[in-house]
Amino acid sequence: MRLMRVAAVAAAATLALGMAACGGDDGDEGTGSGSKSFAAGSTMEKLNKAQKIKIGTKFDQPGFGQKGLSGKPEGFDVEVAKIIVKELGIPEDKIEYVETPSKVREDVIVNGTVDLVAATYTINDKRKERIAFAGPYYEAGQNIMVRKDDSSITGPDSFKDGTKKVCSVTGSTPIEEIKKYVKDVATQVVPFDTYDKCRDALKSGQVDAVTTDNVILLGYIAKDEASFKMAGDNFTKEPYGIGVKKEDTDFRNFINDVLDKAMQDGRWKKAWDDTAGKFGATLGDAPTINRY
Amino acid sequence: MSVLIDKFDVFAGGFWLTLQICILAAIGALILGAVVAVLRISPVPPLRALGTAYVTVFRNMPLTVVMFFAAFGLPALGSNADFLRIPGLDAVFSRLGTDLPYFRFALIALSLYTAAFVCEALRSGVNAVPAGQAEAARSLGLTFGQNLRYVVLPQSWKASIVPLGSVIIAMIKNSALVGFFGVIGDLSQTADQLTSAGGYAFIPVAIGISVGYLIMTVPLGALLDRIEKRQAVAR
Amino acid sequence: MSQQTSVLYDVPGPRQRRITLISSLIATVVVLVGAYFLIYRPLADKGQFSMELWGPLIDPSNENFSQVWERFGVGLRHTLTAAALAILSSLIIGTLLAVLRIQLKSLTRRRFTGLATPLAYLLRGLSVLLSVVTRICVEVFRGLPVVLTIFFVARGFPEFGVSFDNLWYLVIGLTVYNSVVIAEILRSGMEGLPGGQAEAAAAIGLSPAQTTRMILLPQAFRIMLPALISQLVVVLKDTSLGFIISYEETLNIGKQIIGVLGNPIQVYAVIAVLFIAANYSLSKLAQFVQHRLARGRKTAGTPAQQAPATALISQAEGAGGN
Repeated sequence: MRLMRVAAVAAAATLALGMAACGGDDGDEGTGSGSKSFAAGSTMEKLNKAQKIKIGTKFDQPGFGQKGLSGKPEGFDVEVAKIIVKELGIPEDKIEYVETPSKVREDVIVNGTVDLVAATYTINDKRKERIAFAGPYYEAGQNIMVRKDDSSITGPDSFKDGTKKVCSVTGSTPIEEIKKYVKDVATQVVPFDTYDKCRDALKSGQVDAVTTDNVILLGYIAKDEASFKMAGDNFTKEPYGIGVKKEDTDFRNFINDVLDKAMQDGRWKKAWDDTAGKFGATLGDAPTINRY
Repeated sequence: MSVLIDKFDVFAGGFWLTLQICILAAIGALILGAVVAVLRISPVPPLRALGTAYVTVFRNMPLTVVMFFAAFGLPALGSNADFLRIPGLDAVFSRLGTDLPYFRFALIALSLYTAAFVCEALRSGVNAVPAGQAEAARSLGLTFGQNLRYVVLPQSWKASIVPLGSVIIAMIKNSALVGFFGVIGDLSQTADQLTSAGGYAFIPVAIGISVGYLIMTVPLGALLDRIEKRQAVAR
Repeated sequence: MSQQTSVLYDVPGPRQRRITLISSLIATVVVLVGAYFLIYRPLADKGQFSMELWGPLIDPSNENFSQVWERFGVGLRHTLTAAALAILSSLIIGTLLAVLRIQLKSLTRRRFTGLATPLAYLLRGLSVLLSVVTRICVEVFRGLPVVLTIFFVARGFPEFGVSFDNLWYLVIGLTVYNSVVIAEILRSGMEGLPGGQAEAAAAIGLSPAQTTRMILLPQAFRIMLPALISQLVVVLKDTSLGFIISYEETLNIGKQIIGVLGNPIQVYAVIAVLFIAANYSLSKLAQFVQHRLARGRKTAGTPAQQAPATALISQAEGAGGN
């Protein structure tokens, strides 16, 4: 009995300590929920009051948003989202992550299924018709990964002669982009439901190349440098932004401010170094926030 | 709605590819299913066990898993399914003879999976033949093979045809999965391609795709209903 | 079944048994040798049997073992939740649909002679229209791939401003298809009953609704139970299509694990075993139930004997359904 009571007291003490530590942490940066005040009626105030937030991200992109064995998503997108959430005065464990594959991203924002989307989300004009972007916080580009011993593919133009086979994900933007370069879609383009499968098909030789954003490919190369390499330079520009509701300009400005601040005070760089940076991808200079 | 007219060639291309897959996979499944059915009713115990194991495994696995093993297990075994590059046949079914093996892998997966159900349909037909028929044949001194060939199969064929048709209809619908396993441009993928990438409105595209599948499944279903009704009257 | 197949050949004599034994042994050896050279060796050469790939799945002392199985546990729970909800709602809606179709069929035959002529025509027209509409719904939903119904539900509902959890999209998508199949199973069960049942019910003064509810439906359920349970297997398998709308069921979780550990063949093998085990026990349950029912019904000869033929047909249809 006594032992149990001691254990309980100890546990309570630990808990209190932990909470004190959290409080102290918040105090340092002045981001405790109490100390935050936002304009009445704004999305920030609403989220801060509710003390919870839903974030759309990818669950299958190494380095950006990947669900690990712990069941929690990890990656650069997730870290950037956490920075924003912290500035909203919401604790990290109140974030609910929703998997948002490429084709549903606009829908979930428009329908309000999630509050914001950070999911290797390229800013472009077509998407701006339905939603709004904060950022960019990173600039990627579509590239091509080939087997290490293969020097016959040097860029997207190598597919024009109609012999090389290239793999990407069903219904994605990169697969539509590469279709512009190939001679015969039926014999050259291979779709799968995940990039993992593309990588395996490349390794076992059924396809000659995998194409998608460079950062995803870098993740695979870092894991298996003996087998893969990049073929040439990026042939598109993919600035990643945070997707929010189209009419919510306040929220967009707020996120832009947060990103700006994070890029200057080193939190942005740290987020990168902890995640995608481990794959040897270079972060480059902080991109200029596009406030439109 | 204009997408249905503007992009008619995309829909038609998808329809044709799905049809090709279905025709070839149906042939494969019928042949393989017949072999497994014979195994399942054969007098040799290990063969029976083999047949039973086949049906148990393939009937209880999701098709997605079978597709995965065809697309990644076969390459791991060092095979590109080149035995399906049948000369002559690839003049009509152009994907069959390409370097790219995923069309063939998809066919193998669909055939293997459907064969288990074909086997069960055939067996249900055999079971529908009154036991007296086979007993009479045996008392005449017919062997197992003769018994099947002259007495049981000609009668069971009738009882099998309706369940067989249902299996084939199910297979047509199952073919919608090939787009996730390396085959580009089938009917169900057309939806993704036109809505996500092409930016067309969702509902008209959905209608177009649905019509494509219904053209294949509904007439077949109606035909089966007719046959079933006629058989019911005959009985 | 085994009784019926053994009807096809004589009970083997001593010589035949010897031949069978020897040829069986030879066949087994050939199969084993073939499997070794064609399957085991190529896989082993590629290192597919290494503990590095299998360890997290089968070795409890592996650092990732407990996490991997925790994730599988989550996936299995999601799979079972979706399957249970889908089968329940399919059963309810399917039964209603079957009753509706039977009722409408009898309504279209009625002439409403007691009513004024225009009203009678109106009622007849209405019931014909309704039966045509339900018929079309059945044909359309039965003829579409489940992948597409799920996809359409998940994309279509938000178009009309309604949005749910992914779980519900999956459940609705599966229900749309399976309720129609179950309705057809039950309908063919009711129509397969001897005409005397309905006639007798009418003779003792039961209304058509009462006849369906008290006489036809219970018998149809009983006869079609095996087919209904094998439809359960179909639903369980079809939940794996949840990956299309990012529902985290077993297969989807498997993909996430592959993303981290990079062992696709091993993970898929485990998933295959899980599904085969679950579905095999379900089918065994179906057989057991069928036996129990057959034993319980020895006295009522006709319907019980008619059952197998019809049941098998719809069973094949059900089980084949995606």
